[in-house]
Amino acid sequence: MSDSLNDPIHSNSSLLQRRTVLKGTAGILAAGMFPAIHAQEKIVLRYLGTAVNQDRAIAEKFKADTGITIQYVAVTTDDVVKRAVTAPNSFDLIDSEYFSLKKIIPTGNLRGIDTKRIKNADKITPLFTTGMVAGKAVGDQGTAPKKVIYLEGEKSKVFSKTPTQFMSLIPTVYNADTLGIRPDLIKRPINSWAELLNPEFKGKASILNIPSIGIMDAAMVVEAMGIYKYPDKGNMTKKEIDLTIKTLIEAKKAGQFRSLWKDFNESVNLMASGEVVIQSMWSPAVTAVRSKGIDCVFQPLKEGSRAWAAGFGLPATLSGKKLDGAYEFINWFLDGWAGAYLNRQGYYSAVLDTAKSQMEAYEWAYWMEGKPASQDIKSPHGDLLAKVGMVRDGGSYEARMGSIACWNALMDENNHMVQKWNEFVAA
Amino acid sequence: MSSSVTASLPVSLPPPGRSLSAWWQAAPLSVVFFLFFLIPLLLILMVSFWDFNEYELLPDFTIKNYISIFNGCSNTDELCVTFKTYLSTFKFSFLVWLITLIVGFTVSYFLAFHVPSRSMQTLLFVLCTIPFWTSNVIRMIAWVPLLGRNGLVNQGLMGVGWVDQPVEWFLFSDFSVVLAFVHLYTMFMIVPIFNSMMRIDRSLLEAASDSGATAWQTLWNVIVPLCRTGIIIGSIFVITIVMGDFVTIGVMGGQMIASIGKIIQVQTSYLQFPLAAANAVILLALVLMIIWALTRLVDIRKEL
Repeated sequence: MSDSLNDPIHSNSSLLQRRTVLKGTAGILAAGMFPAIHAQEKIVLRYLGTAVNQDRAIAEKFKADTGITIQYVAVTTDDVVKRAVTAPNSFDLIDSEYFSLKKIIPTGNLRGIDTKRIKNADKITPLFTTGMVAGKAVGDQGTAPKKVIYLEGEKSKVFSKTPTQFMSLIPTVYNADTLGIRPDLIKRPINSWAELLNPEFKGKASILNIPSIGIMDAAMVVEAMGIYKYPDKGNMTKKEIDLTIKTLIEAKKAGQFRSLWKDFNESVNLMASGEVVIQSMWSPAVTAVRSKGIDCVFQPLKEGSRAWAAGFGLPATLSGKKLDGAYEFINWFLDGWAGAYLNRQGYYSAVLDTAKSQMEAYEWAYWMEGKPASQDIKSPHGDLLAKVGMVRDGGSYEARMGSIACWNALMDENNHMVQKWNEFVAA
Repeated sequence: MSSSVTASLPVSLPPPGRSLSAWWQAAPLSVVFFLFFLIPLLLILMVSFWDFNEYELLPDFTIKNYISIFNGCSNTDELCVTFKTYLSTFKFSFLVWLITLIVGFTVSYFLAFHVPSRSMQTLLFVLCTIPFWTSNVIRMIAWVPLLGRNGLVNQGLMGVGWVDQPVEWFLFSDFSVVLAFVHLYTMFMIVPIFNSMMRIDRSLLEAASDSGATAWQTLWNVIVPLCRTGIIIGSIFVITIVMGDFVTIGVMGGQMIASIGKIIQVQTSYLQFPLAAANAVILLALVLMIIWALTRLVDIRKEL
């Protein structure tokens, strides 16, 4: 149809060029493009999560691949939960931490994700499904994903202890957190969580001010100092909470902490400016400090690390094209490109095989196998992260994730914990 | 009866405030107030008596939220968190109020009485508002590289040899919190005080000086009493803002200084809305008492 419309005009004369072009464009629009647009209404997915995981490059690449627009809604970890519970229609896709699920799932605001519609569902790393890394079970104190990943049905409000067809969240990123240090200012090896409260670093330490995560770091410290051994750090009794907070308060009163931090960027600034030399930290924050040319190490510690994991969930009310689009995004996310992108930032992706196919062999060797870099390692944004010969802190995937001691958690005594935490802040 | 009404018409006209049209004129604001202020406030009051679990609010009538706020406050050895937090909030309110009052009054005095031309006054007044052209948070964060351990001020002090070690209490301390508050909120003092100073009849000042009053006597016995309205309004602004603040105390105090606003924020983010509501009710009651006390000092409605 467009041909028949264009041809006579083309042959007419060159005086009418502008008009020809216009008509031609109109013809193309009328004959070719319009039905296509009409058939595939533009889908916009509102993606609720924390800013750390919302990378512009990922949204751009996904749009280029599928035509679906991702609209990021960036809030803090706590606010993700609040939105999911109080405003479940304000997003189409949620990127939440697994430990938050205990608050969200009982509301019925999320639907179980049908693994039959997820192409790579069976390739998701066993860490999530059985809690194993390289055939060995890792620590499962706290809200380990294997405890909350399966739901009893699509519309279920209860977790299933055995694998089912429906997952609460499809994992996106996860990591094992430990202490970040400035080796150039500390000038000696650090190998224990106990160092966080070592008076040597008086006025130069920091801990994060997100109660549910900070309490876990504090528990690691208390155990490392030999003050108390918790039966389950991830679910403390009131007495255990009181003891942990008491230890923190004593340290605070002695002037141990320079500052507390709540926001990812705050931790970067504290470390980069040298206000703090040892603190709880997140992997991309360490990467951010290093890309400023400042020496900063995400120090592996002998007591192990505190793991966290986040994943995509779908609101129960999502339906039709948006639901299909959300499934498409999750499938695309597990398909390798995004996984490789995250791996290059120091996170780990849910499906390792597909990510491997999108990474150079030397990158894979550095990030995942713990081998010395055979070429300069750069961040996805092109900043130099490691020179030839350097080894990633914590070594290989197996060494790092195998050292998990506990997971971010939501305790039964959460209300008491938050109250005590406020006491620590006020002390 | 009708005749008597007709006869006394000139005197018995309804007072201006009571006519129907006056009610109509007041209606839009009243409706807005009712819908967006009173109702939410009543909801907060209601929720503060509710129960809650991890993920939902349970309608109930319980005072356990209030009890848990004052949990441990009967202990005489050490102040409980709530008292300690209020005490620290009061301390900041008082310090910030005092400093902004002195600075604000001085600046206003200079603008009103020492700058002769109107256009110059306007220009300088606009100059005072320049800090408000950027965001509140940016203005706060700008202090960090200035006051930090390796910041400009410390480097300067060490450079001229006044100190050997960087001064630690410049940042993440009570000092930095008060500094940021004063920086942020002095303007709220300047505006109302300047406004009331501009309304002072200049002939009163001449009369004072003709009667032999010294500059200080004029200031204390003439200007300050006439600025009372401005001072009270400015004080209400500053005190209410500082009482409810949590962002400034968080950023400048290195998240290590408690404030009621911060506690409420943490509680809402853990979905403990009834607890947060109870805290908010207590805070509101306290602030209202302060404002009530301030308005006893001057009848604002009469003076405006």
